[in-house]
Amino acid sequence: MAVVTDIESAPRDRLSRARALHWVLAGALALACIASLEIGATDVTLLAMLAKLAQGEALSQMERVVLFEIRLPRLAMGVLVGAALAVSGAAMQGLFRNPLADPGIVGVGAGAGLGAILAIVLGALLPVWMLNLVGNQMVSFAAFLGGWGSTILLYRVSTRHGRTSVATMLLAGIALGALAGALSGILVYIADDRQLRDLTFWGLGSLAGASWAKVLSAGPLILLSIGAALMLGRGLNGLALGEATAAHIGIDVQRMKSIAILAVAGATGAAVAVSGGIGFIGIVVPHLLRLASGPDHRTLLLNSALLGAILLILADVIARVVIAPAELPIGIVTAVLGAPVFLWILLKRRGLVEL
Amino acid sequence: MSLIAEDIHVSYGRREALRGVSLTAQPGEVTAIVGPNGSGKSTLLGAITASLPFRGNVSLNGRDIGTLKPWELAAERAVLPQASRLAFPFNVIEVVRLGLQSGTAGDRPEVPMQALARVGLAHYANRAFQELSGGEAQRVMLARVLAQVWAPVEGGQPRWLLLDEPVSSLDIAHQLQVMEIARDFARAGGGVIAVMHDLNLTALFADRVAVLAEGQRLSFGTPIEVLTDDILSRAYGCALRVSAPPPVGVPYILPHAASA
Repeated sequence: MAVVTDIESAPRDRLSRARALHWVLAGALALACIASLEIGATDVTLLAMLAKLAQGEALSQMERVVLFEIRLPRLAMGVLVGAALAVSGAAMQGLFRNPLADPGIVGVGAGAGLGAILAIVLGALLPVWMLNLVGNQMVSFAAFLGGWGSTILLYRVSTRHGRTSVATMLLAGIALGALAGALSGILVYIADDRQLRDLTFWGLGSLAGASWAKVLSAGPLILLSIGAALMLGRGLNGLALGEATAAHIGIDVQRMKSIAILAVAGATGAAVAVSGGIGFIGIVVPHLLRLASGPDHRTLLLNSALLGAILLILADVIARVVIAPAELPIGIVTAVLGAPVFLWILLKRRGLVEL
Repeated sequence: MSLIAEDIHVSYGRREALRGVSLTAQPGEVTAIVGPNGSGKSTLLGAITASLPFRGNVSLNGRDIGTLKPWELAAERAVLPQASRLAFPFNVIEVVRLGLQSGTAGDRPEVPMQALARVGLAHYANRAFQELSGGEAQRVMLARVLAQVWAPVEGGQPRWLLLDEPVSSLDIAHQLQVMEIARDFARAGGGVIAVMHDLNLTALFADRVAVLAEGQRLSFGTPIEVLTDDILSRAYGCALRVSAPPPVGVPYILPHAASA
């Protein structure tokens, strides 16, 4: 047997390129964070404040509020939500072996939407002590319960004899989505005008309501879920060969599925709860990264977290300056910028290979 | 240190696909499983690889496979499936490395290229797996499986190759190449079990042959003992003559000539 060896046959190492990308993206994230603190509707800029501090002057009350109570929590929430959505997208696509899967498939979006609508329309009917307990975070709280609850329900429905059927989960998710949509429709029907406006804006997503309270309530769960998802790299690589083969190369497939589903429900549920429906990040970020450095999940997941955070922060900067002093819902920005990019990628690669 | 399957029963719903089949495979030998479509060949391999729920016992190198974790099994045996669809645009060398991550070759980075060279596809390392033909994809998967159990014997224990129709989508030259790889693995002390459709290749390469029919084992022994007119005619339900020339005027392709 002749062994062909030439320069061309030396294996190209996409893995080391993907590892180098960790550092590039981390640097870009730092720049994006600075931009996010610098730019805003008021004249307060980070550079001016740093110059003041360097000269030993104290910051004004307004500067301190803008920086520490408005922009900083908003930045923290943008990083958390962007990372959560992108990592969840990458994990779901790996689990469903389909590059078009997104966290919506496991019912998070539909369930969270129903929870939010219930809170907006019927929240005022709750007993006073409950209203006092959840305070102004009732919509977030209800959205999280709805998202998490529907994922757990789907997971239970599609698990028989200790094995989770991914196909059943997909189909049950469609049914659950339709049901949640119908219930939401009933609530929309009885909602008044102000509630309808709240509903619409919740669905478009925004980081505008960011506060330290929200960051602290959603942050730990998001970080824990992202941490769990980042450990799935080797398992998701094996799953690309199919469930049986993944088991043959030594992966505990059922354990991996459980971790993936719970992590996605946690990360996406918490993200959607504090920021509403922000589309497109979960699909486009992993896709761009696969084009740049290959589909190896050991690096794809972390790179997705970084790029997701970067893109969401930048989208938020655009959202708050483009029609300042008013603000655009961020879901509109991500869709307007993201959808054409996504279409362009699809058309450019059409006919080459499967996604 | 062998692979022993005892009294294996497998049911698909009400239908019993395997009814009490036993099989012992020795390291150093190629053990072939043959039989007509639906006789339970792949089902038996599914039980041996722990991919199907079954009743009975399977032990690998003296340990019950039911008590082993997936990664413990992966260190002792590699499985080549009938067909593989890959979900994402991995290139060829990355697919072969997936085998390396789990197997006994550990972090020996040269093994995947050697495995690719073994199946004659070293120059394909950078190609996208999804652009390969069916036969090429099958050989890349074989390279992945070889990378997983690269040393046929490790720590005095045999490693096992479990192959489900390894030559089904290959041309005749590569059928012979793949069967030679399997035989070399066995000669070096490893164990091989292969589900086979081609009786001529089975006769040429197998040391032991199990003939299945209707979920039961009809016969088990050396090719000379097992591949007889009587046994094959009963298994396949049609008149078969071993070593008989075909009717006049029909082309006759004899793989035996290739090794002569």
